[in-house]
Amino acid sequence: MTSATLEAPTLREAPSEKKPFSVGRAVAWTFMIVVVLVSLFPFYWMLRTALSSNNALYAGSHSILPVRFSWGGFERVFGLQSGQKALDAGGAGQPINFWRYLLNSVVVSTLVTAGQVFFSALAAYAFARLRWRHRNRVFLFFLGGLMIPAIFTFLPNFVLIKQLGLIDTVFGIALPTMLMSPFAVFFLRQFFMGISREVEEAALIDGASKVRVFFQLIVPMSAAPITTLAILTYIASWNDYFWPLMVSYTDKSRVLTVALGVFKSQTPQTGPDWSGLMAATLVAALPMLLLFSLAAKRIVNSIGFSGIK
Amino acid sequence: MASDTAVPVASTATGHPTGKGARRRPHDDTRLALMFIAPAFLGYCVFLLWPTLRGIYLSFTRFNLLTPPKWVGLDNYVRMVHDPIFWNSMKVTLEYVVLNIAFQTALALVIAVMMQRLTKKTWLRGIVLTPYLVSNVVAAMVFIWILDYQLGFGNYILQHLGLGRIAFLSSDHWVIPTIAFINVWRHVGYTALLIFAGLQTIPESVYEAGRLDGASENRMFRHLTVPLLRPILALVLIITVVGSFQVFDTVAVATQGGPVNSSRVLQFYIYDLAFGRFQFGYASALSVALLLVLLIVSIVQYRLSRADESDLD
Repeated sequence: MTSATLEAPTLREAPSEKKPFSVGRAVAWTFMIVVVLVSLFPFYWMLRTALSSNNALYAGSHSILPVRFSWGGFERVFGLQSGQKALDAGGAGQPINFWRYLLNSVVVSTLVTAGQVFFSALAAYAFARLRWRHRNRVFLFFLGGLMIPAIFTFLPNFVLIKQLGLIDTVFGIALPTMLMSPFAVFFLRQFFMGISREVEEAALIDGASKVRVFFQLIVPMSAAPITTLAILTYIASWNDYFWPLMVSYTDKSRVLTVALGVFKSQTPQTGPDWSGLMAATLVAALPMLLLFSLAAKRIVNSIGFSGIK
Repeated sequence: MASDTAVPVASTATGHPTGKGARRRPHDDTRLALMFIAPAFLGYCVFLLWPTLRGIYLSFTRFNLLTPPKWVGLDNYVRMVHDPIFWNSMKVTLEYVVLNIAFQTALALVIAVMMQRLTKKTWLRGIVLTPYLVSNVVAAMVFIWILDYQLGFGNYILQHLGLGRIAFLSSDHWVIPTIAFINVWRHVGYTALLIFAGLQTIPESVYEAGRLDGASENRMFRHLTVPLLRPILALVLIITVVGSFQVFDTVAVATQGGPVNSSRVLQFYIYDLAFGRFQFGYASALSVALLLVLLIVSIVQYRLSRADESDLD
């Protein structure tokens, strides 16, 4: 599927490949280079600051390269530095439970992604292929969910999670989005509907059950869009801040985004530990950048209107 | 609704034209379908539908989480109308939405068109999308640092250009534009790719015809691209405006609503009321207000986008 969408633009591009130089094109390229620089500069700046000695940043705030190179920022994030040394560098002095937050983030994002994609795929198949009464009415009912902004459900969902006794647990953070998202159902249904019926009918005639058809035929055939959806869900869940901020109170369930906010609010107002903060920021961002680099082509090409409308 | 689907009728008379009919008895999958949609249905009802109704209910109560909610009728809404901080939040939020959407859409449109006309290489789109992959918290953190009054590289450059340093996040004048800028940085690539996808639906032949007629790139952009793209732009706007109204993360990390109330956007005020002061009832009323605003905005935009749907053919 992805390869098919990939080919179309390259074919189209071919005839207009050799365009003569013009001022307009030069301006356009300059603009694009600026866009690329602005997109990437903050990442470089995180790295440059994280690798600087915090105390030297004050004198060398404009240096493009790390100021007095040091691993100190990263050492403080991973708790490898003694309290006193960290305090001297302007850090918070108390150890940061970074590995714990990383683990929590991984657990939450994995639970949400695995659950949401699996259950949404089941529902999507029922809406796309199974025959049952009121199918379209129930589907419309589901679509209505797209109209409700998730943010509106946060307060009442918090009350519910509290009543369930799941406050400050990773499960409590994951649960509300683990069972479905209207978008995922919609997205997968659209895709399942595009799969040719012939293949499915053939398998059914051979005596396979619909359950088998789903797991052994439909799912493998839809591996590409399911992977894309899973990666996007994983990234969104990893980056989520508001909902985990409500639910988690202690290190027990604190995820990276929330920890980063806490880390920032704990640093002293005067002379904050910028190299430590930037090291933490970079480390929080890195896993998703790596995940993206694994499937960049697929993700980039999946963004479009196929899922919407 | 639940009773709707629970009807266990094995009615084979659904009249589905099974194509090569008689080969297989046309059967009904109700049982299997119910099993397949059960988890999603449960999730939908428990964590989306029920909370929505409950949120509306809570907005008519006084509720501090510890004692059961107490029905107070329209009290919360009356209080809301007379709450200057609420109106200020509304104003601040609107200001943010306008700035954010205007810059983001304009910039995204230009980026998308450039990518379309210059090169369709995937790596370029990948780079443009990169900021979108980090959380709002990460984006806020790095810009708090880059825009720091004393040590920020951004301010260093401003001073060097003779423009003087700016207290981006701590002056009531600059704080909302700055938050809007941070979010534009993170989201513009994604928006550009959405528009780019829309541009792909305009057939190259349209441009070839334009070129044959001797139209310049500029003219083609104004007279071909923009009109053909309008329905897609409308759709992009619905998505981004609704998202923009929900701004919270950046404010929570970077300013906590300050200085004073100058960046206290609606969603942050709601959070503060609920978790800072345990006024869940009043916070819910404000949430309902935001929900209504979003509904109206979507409906209006949808109408506008439908009004002139004549694009291709």
